[in-house]
Amino acid sequence: MTSHREETVTVAGCTIRVLRGGEGPTMLYLHGAGGLAGWAPFMERLAGSFDLWAPEHPGFGDTQDPAWLDTIHDEAYFYLSLMDRLDLREVHLVGMSIGGWLAAELAVRNTSRIASLTLCGASGLHVKGVPKGDFFMWEPEQRVRNSFHDQAVAERVLAQPVSEQQQRVNLRNQRTVALLAWNPRLYDPHLYKWLPRIDVPTHIVWADDDKILPLDYARAYEGLIPGSTVTVIEACGHLMHVEKPDVFADTVASFIAGAGS
Amino acid sequence: MKFTLFHLMPYADLDLSFTDTYPTCWTILPNSYYDPKKGAKLYNRYLDELEYGEELGYDILAVNEHHQNAYGIMPSPIVTAAALSRRTSRAEIAIIGSAIPLRDHPLTIAEEHAMIDNITEGRLISGFVRGIGAEYHSWGVSPAQSHDRFHEAHDLIIQAWTRTGPFAFEGKHYHFDYVNLWPRPYREPHPPVWIPSQGSQETIEWASHPDRRYMYCQTFSPWKAVKHHLNLYRESASRQGWEAGDDRLGWLLPIYVGETEAEAIKEAKPHFEAFRNKFLRMPFEMLLPPGYLSLASQQRVAAAKAQLSGDMTLEQAVDMGMIVVGDAESVRQKIEFFWKEIRLGNLLCLHQFGTLPADLTRANMERFAREVMPKLREVTGAAAAAAQ
Repeated sequence: MTSHREETVTVAGCTIRVLRGGEGPTMLYLHGAGGLAGWAPFMERLAGSFDLWAPEHPGFGDTQDPAWLDTIHDEAYFYLSLMDRLDLREVHLVGMSIGGWLAAELAVRNTSRIASLTLCGASGLHVKGVPKGDFFMWEPEQRVRNSFHDQAVAERVLAQPVSEQQQRVNLRNQRTVALLAWNPRLYDPHLYKWLPRIDVPTHIVWADDDKILPLDYARAYEGLIPGSTVTVIEACGHLMHVEKPDVFADTVASFIAGAGS
Repeated sequence: MKFTLFHLMPYADLDLSFTDTYPTCWTILPNSYYDPKKGAKLYNRYLDELEYGEELGYDILAVNEHHQNAYGIMPSPIVTAAALSRRTSRAEIAIIGSAIPLRDHPLTIAEEHAMIDNITEGRLISGFVRGIGAEYHSWGVSPAQSHDRFHEAHDLIIQAWTRTGPFAFEGKHYHFDYVNLWPRPYREPHPPVWIPSQGSQETIEWASHPDRRYMYCQTFSPWKAVKHHLNLYRESASRQGWEAGDDRLGWLLPIYVGETEAEAIKEAKPHFEAFRNKFLRMPFEMLLPPGYLSLASQQRVAAAKAQLSGDMTLEQAVDMGMIVVGDAESVRQKIEFFWKEIRLGNLLCLHQFGTLPADLTRANMERFAREVMPKLREVTGAAAAAAQ
């Protein structure tokens, strides 16, 4: 077992929590709308080959709201500053869902500290005529069910007790997601124009049964980021890292190994 | 005590079997359920009822705003208030209220309210609300910005009404280089402002701020909650250094007066239950999207979720003091009791609810206006005179 530790980092007056474990090239994992639950099995697996950093975004979890947080762009500049501040180099940037959108926003601004980019079930774009699942409208159980292909996994997640502290964090996370992604819904209307700027090896990982962001969104990213490739994980829902943690981690790691960095 | 006749203007011809297919008549109920032929009749019927309110002696006629639903087909209270403004001459007209955070351009609200205030020569009462959760789904405005936008839009409107233009308004959500309102409102310094709310602590504190002292109106709620929140307003005012008079407090209450107690219950029951269990029903996620309430309030409400979502009978609602139903004497007694307990100066009477048809609505209004209102005026007026 790789041991992990919890650290805090302060950037732009905002202190966040970072889970960190493993050794090897630096990997920065940006979580999705659900927040940073804890050191998850897929993290453990990635920490076998990487020095994995999993920060909790400003506005999520139990930390204070920074006064500057209004849009996903603020989150992107925060992480650019964080990488400068910690002098992270040759970073393998991995973003899940809204974290994928954030990773893309970050990469169109500056890739000088980024070695590779992995977008997993990433929001950030809008494809006309391809509606996204409206998870703000879904009841809690439906939200869980629609996040997974295998309903046995959904049952397992639903059976887990939720502490009062976790409920409070969930409310806050949802509030921040509503702030960043309510309108325009889960995308930035200007992002697509600048995705061709991305000049690092880019891997797009998608679930074949993503009920929030259908596969067309993977193809849209593929068409806009030069040289990018798509890997589809079969029989899997949006939360690939929870539903198939080993397949997910290995898919992410093998592209990076293949990219020769 | 002042009496306001309030109308929700529901699409009363709604096919109530919609609940077999849809969880709510808000946001997602296809508008093929709306028949314009029937809707046109309803609009004119409801406006007639409001106009009749002036004849019957109500002090104020009130309209409100709701979007994309069958519960209240008044997406623009400006239209209904404007329609009333030239057909009435004595009663004040209250817009309770305009959902200002839903607008990207709240100056239109300042302009339209000012126009109505001019046309009526100062009979307009303004009101501002945030809009309910479902409307944040319908309008695409982030509920996480609702409070912020409400406060800023309010400041913009009040400044537009009171400051000499042109001036620049430099907000975070709203920034205009030329604020220069034509027309200025008729009333000085501006129309009175009412704040209807379900009773959030933040709203009560804000409305009772000494700079504002807005009339706070508790919307459709159990008596216990009404008492609690109206007292909270008084406490908040005195904490902030002023004494809130009775005229700062209001309650929006469904009222049905029948010939007899038994008839009243029988006549009101199906229509009230349609109002409460069909028109008002909506999934929790639609009612309270993330960020719509402060985290503390959201947690409190989440704990009471089951209570909010269940159906309710008329009898239960009567027991909880959410509606007053009875013959004229018992209705008078109940309202007098409420008044003695909290001394509220404004009663907002909802005499039409859900599917309540025209004849019952009129009879209800007439009995209330002729047999209940004069006696309540006597009691509350005598108390006011004694206090002076």
